[in-house]
Amino acid sequence: MSRVSEILRTMGARVTNWVWRLGFASRFFWLIIAHSGTSFRRFHLIIREVYFAGVLSLVIILVSGLFVGMVLGLQGYDTLVRYGSSEALGVLVSLSLIRELGPVVAGLLFASRAGSAITAEIGLMKATEQLAAMEMMAVDPIARVVAPRFWAGVISMPLLAALFSAMGVFGGYLVGVRLIGVDEGSFWSQMQAAVDFREDVMNGVAKSFVFGIAITWIAVFEGYDAPPTAEGVSGATTRTVVTSSLAVLALDFVMTALMFRGV
Amino acid sequence: MMSRKELDLWVGVFVAIGIGALLFLSMKVANLSSFSASETYQIKAKFDNIGGLKPRAPVKAAGVVVGRVSDVHFDNVTFEAAVTFLVDARYQFPRDTSAKILTSGLLGEQYIGLSAGGDSVNLKTGDTLKITQSAVVLENLISQFLYSKAADGGTNDNKK
Repeated sequence: MSRVSEILRTMGARVTNWVWRLGFASRFFWLIIAHSGTSFRRFHLIIREVYFAGVLSLVIILVSGLFVGMVLGLQGYDTLVRYGSSEALGVLVSLSLIRELGPVVAGLLFASRAGSAITAEIGLMKATEQLAAMEMMAVDPIARVVAPRFWAGVISMPLLAALFSAMGVFGGYLVGVRLIGVDEGSFWSQMQAAVDFREDVMNGVAKSFVFGIAITWIAVFEGYDAPPTAEGVSGATTRTVVTSSLAVLALDFVMTALMFRGV
Repeated sequence: MMSRKELDLWVGVFVAIGIGALLFLSMKVANLSSFSASETYQIKAKFDNIGGLKPRAPVKAAGVVVGRVSDVHFDNVTFEAAVTFLVDARYQFPRDTSAKILTSGLLGEQYIGLSAGGDSVNLKTGDTLKITQSAVVLENLISQFLYSKAADGGTNDNKK
């Protein structure tokens, strides 16, 4: 009997803790939005963070985009040639990249490359009491530290996803046209006939924008909420990567269901 | 630590190539420059059966895409499918143009094919096409084929 109540109590505590954290995270989100005005007035803070979140993620995004595109080219050709429609390779590569793989894979890479760094940095600032020191000097740490990182992530993410997709299309072109020898004219013209600006490109950008908000929100929150110990910071960094990757995949499903329901 | 100028330069490069990638996707991949921005006029047509025609399906004349289907709905008065489509204003068609629902390839998507008539007056926005031809439904074709076979068989038996 006591064992059952023990299990129930653990479950209850977990749920309460989870709801409490969700509420705290939402209030934190509004605090960031409320303090954004200050950080937009001091735009060089955001630029500095765009460098750390965006520019330093460039290499991994470009290289993985190229390889994902090349693999799509090889695999897509292998399947399409069975149906005698290898010219549709451009359509396959570009649609799968622009609609899905660009935003999602760039989001996952961004979460592990930049999101973890943001969490570790803010968590360490908290552990070494830099955030408390800022408050002592009447500098709001949310306006000075958190909001610039948040906006830098939101700005960088759509650009990184677009670069990933463009690089992937180029990789598909390299493999499909240069290596295998699909006709170059029909590769591009079928792609241009099938890909729509508003339906495909804009929806992809919208997805990556939402992913950018979700990833950086989770990253800054986990950093700010981390227990001020070495163990706490490392746990928060792990949680950032796990939670934001799951959030990207879940949000992707919801947005795909809303955007591409056939009609 | 990097100097402020160097940082600004790198971020500028990043934003520029990011926007460049977006432009590449919209211009070269989605081909934004060619169709969607131009002026269109609206034409209606009624079909007995539209098969699998969907909104955003292409409208072609002589194989060239001249427009897109914007709306498909069921007309509750005539019990026909009412299809509305937008034709690029660069292309003008005579008033007695006819519309057919065709399929690209054996398993491809369905589209509307326009064949120009001989009238001297051109279609204008809001007009309805008089001559239409429905989609070919495979089941109807097969049943017609079977009926004609059965009829042939019957007559042959009578002759004997």
